[in-house]
Amino acid sequence: MKLLTHNLLSSHVRGVGPRGFPLRLQATEVRINPVEFNPDFVARMIPKVEWAALLEAADTLHLVEVPKGPIEGYEHDEKFLRQMHHVLLEVRTGPSLASLATAG
Amino acid sequence: MALSSSLNRYLLLMAQEHLEFRLPEIKSLLSLFGGQFTSSQETYGKSPFWILSIPSEDIARNLMKRTVCAKSIFELWGHGKSPEELYSSLKNYPVEKMVPFLHSDSTYKIKIHTFNKTLTQEEKVKRIDALEFLPFEGKVNLKKPQHIFSVLEDYGLDPNCIPENPHNIYFGRWIADGQRELIESYSVKKRHFIGNTSMDAGLSFIMANHGKVKENDIVFDPFVGTGGLLIASAHFGAYVYGTDIDYNTVHGLGKASRKNQKWRGPDENIRANLRQYGLEKYYLDVLVSDASKPSWRKGTYFDAIITDPPYGIRESTRRTGSQKEIQKGMEKCPESHVPVSLSYHLSDMFFDLLNFAAETLVLGGRLVYWLPVYTPEYTEEMVPWHPCLKLISNCEQKLSSHTSRRLITMEKVKKFEVPHNCWTSVPSSSVASSLYKASCQSHPRQTSSPSSQFVFSLSQVLFTSGTIIQCESHIFLLVIFAF
Repeated sequence: MKLLTHNLLSSHVRGVGPRGFPLRLQATEVRINPVEFNPDFVARMIPKVEWAALLEAADTLHLVEVPKGPIEGYEHDEKFLRQMHHVLLEVRTGPSLASLATAG
Repeated sequence: MALSSSLNRYLLLMAQEHLEFRLPEIKSLLSLFGGQFTSSQETYGKSPFWILSIPSEDIARNLMKRTVCAKSIFELWGHGKSPEELYSSLKNYPVEKMVPFLHSDSTYKIKIHTFNKTLTQEEKVKRIDALEFLPFEGKVNLKKPQHIFSVLEDYGLDPNCIPENPHNIYFGRWIADGQRELIESYSVKKRHFIGNTSMDAGLSFIMANHGKVKENDIVFDPFVGTGGLLIASAHFGAYVYGTDIDYNTVHGLGKASRKNQKWRGPDENIRANLRQYGLEKYYLDVLVSDASKPSWRKGTYFDAIITDPPYGIRESTRRTGSQKEIQKGMEKCPESHVPVSLSYHLSDMFFDLLNFAAETLVLGGRLVYWLPVYTPEYTEEMVPWHPCLKLISNCEQKLSSHTSRRLITMEKVKKFEVPHNCWTSVPSSSVASSLYKASCQSHPRQTSSPSSQFVFSLSQVLFTSGTIIQCESHIFLLVIFAF
């Protein structure tokens, strides 16, 4: 799944954070899938991002060049938007791990 | 100069299909583009000719870039119930509004369309000649004219009773055609990956339009199946998420829905479908998940939720359970990796869906979903409701003599609060409100709620045409139903 997806998810699995968020990742398999850059879409996503969870995920997956938070005037900052685009939409974790149902 | 009502009037030529769905589609699209549906026409029922006022030609063009219900739009210059009435109506149309399209440097052509009647070439030419009184100064160009003018003659809807003279005649400047060609180009017949219940392409675009989907939106389908509804939203520029409880559907395994294929091959998945149409960049993720226990974080981030939930017919309704619940002896599907278990009351599913929508939609966001109905007992009170969601439209599609499904569109108009605070504002009269209260107060899954009458009625008609497996106090609808 993409890191944007991970950021929007919580989990009912017990033992995963105080309010069921965030879902812990493992750096078992990280893939980069190029996705066409759309600055307007990325800018729209920035206010929805939970930064603490994102930074923790980026750290677990050993990603570099991850902005620490939204910067002033980010809507027009192409460098910032491209970095966020890469982190949120191009990084994929795990082969097919999307099963999120309760495990017990 | 006083504004007369003849300014900014347009004629929409509608397709004669999905009749009930057309007006909500046009209204939704007009409001998406900053217009409002205004018309002095009394009823739209079965007629393909709709006259409406639109603030600007730009809005009219934007409307046509989205609609699959309308064939074309014309700037209306005149109309009447007879040729004489038409001509006098044209003489009343302000000349200064005609002149920009008739001046000597321009090229044009006039087309005659007749509905429910065929004219000879001679008859058509006579009608064109009768329009000579209009101040045309440009040159006729039949191949590539700059401006196309149309005469539309309405001979009614009954092919067995064609009148001598038309009921209505319209004259207008053609502006744009709608998107009906999408129905063919996105046809399910040509799609790589389909399921038993893949949505007809035309209806999937209508749903995206009812949902007011726009570029850079996030659209979610909690019962994504093979992703047909996501494709329509992606075509309009939205980024898409899906979840489904069926591991096999999501990962492209299992039995094929196409006649001559063995199974859904590894490339048969939703991403492949999007790629087929050049829409892969809009694919966010599709996850295996249980829609009744959504794992999304608290917050509002979906612009639209557009879905076709399982009805219990053809695809069974299921819900995951905890280990304890599974021990009651329900089915455990080895390939699916997830304990698929409990029957899931249809009424519960819709309340979960509405609650989920109320919680995760942005304000102004839309929920669009199909509601199965046992027609002889249907009343409007059976449509689920929620204090945060306003009902926008309810359109019926008949499935058989006793069943139909209704496309329900709702809009989030109020911020979501915890249920205990919410239901006190619910008026007590409707059946649906009592269902909602029940779902807030107690765990309704153990009892058969008295007001889920439509579920039981549906099961009654299905009992005669298929098989129902009854398990404890639940009714698990697993029916082979030929449409």
